[in-house]
Amino acid sequence: MVQYSQTRVDASFAALSDATRRGVLEQLGRADASITDLAEKFDMTLTGMKKHVGVLEQAGLVITEKVGRVRTCKLGRCRLEEEAAWIERYRQLWELRFEELDNIVEELKRKEKVDGRKKRE
Amino acid sequence: MDAKKESEPTAVKNRTTVERTSERELVVARIFNGPARIVFEAWTKPELFKRWWVPKSFALSLLSCEMDVRTGGTYRLVFSHPASPEPMAFFGRYSEVTPHSRLVWTNDEGGESGTVTTVTFEERGAETLVVMHDLYPSEEALDDAIASGSTGGCSETFEQLDELLVTLDANVGRS
Repeated sequence: MVQYSQTRVDASFAALSDATRRGVLEQLGRADASITDLAEKFDMTLTGMKKHVGVLEQAGLVITEKVGRVRTCKLGRCRLEEEAAWIERYRQLWELRFEELDNIVEELKRKEKVDGRKKRE
Repeated sequence: MDAKKESEPTAVKNRTTVERTSERELVVARIFNGPARIVFEAWTKPELFKRWWVPKSFALSLLSCEMDVRTGGTYRLVFSHPASPEPMAFFGRYSEVTPHSRLVWTNDEGGESGTVTTVTFEERGAETLVVMHDLYPSEEALDDAIASGSTGGCSETFEQLDELLVTLDANVGRS
């Protein structure tokens, strides 16, 4: 999980180190857009915009969906962040349960020892 | 799945790990300092189970806990929470019970297509590795479970994004 997050952060930094890509994120924050829309808005070739979107997609910042011949891009960060936060809360719940389970395991081990001694006596 | 198996021992001693291993699967792992028969007992004896299932710091309380732990047996847990006017019941069936090594149960309160939980107990010297594997009926079901437990992380996300941008501007400068 730690490793996963670190990779994500690195990928995010790399993706955000480019002004065009930051612009694309801002644009997608306002509305979903197709790659063609984005290429026009940023005065780029389709191929160039595809590359930028690819980098953002790999970082999990953008998700794309192809409907017919049009590939639509939208912000993807929310879902990933939400999932990471949920998994961490879920992990904390299990950690709390397991701490109590540790106590029970200790208690049963002690009991077994005592019972074992009694049997030998 | 094989690669995942190899990475399971990353369950660092006494640290709980949770991983979404696929669109439909969630895996919780933890090592316990005791033999498998004792850890298994704590999962399968209702009087022990109800002592650890609900964390003490939670407002939730376990009103009743019926567990007929054998292959084909059923369970029924009833909880109450101050925020819920009615008690909440969770129930299902044990589809496999292999003493000290494996437990499989279904969650039936949501109808036919519920989550299937598999818990394995693997003894390693004086310790036991417990791996709990939740298989959701679909990717959507797991996504929904996550979404219903989430408190809308989006605004938070944008703040983080802003912070990231601030850091970048400071470190990298404008490219």
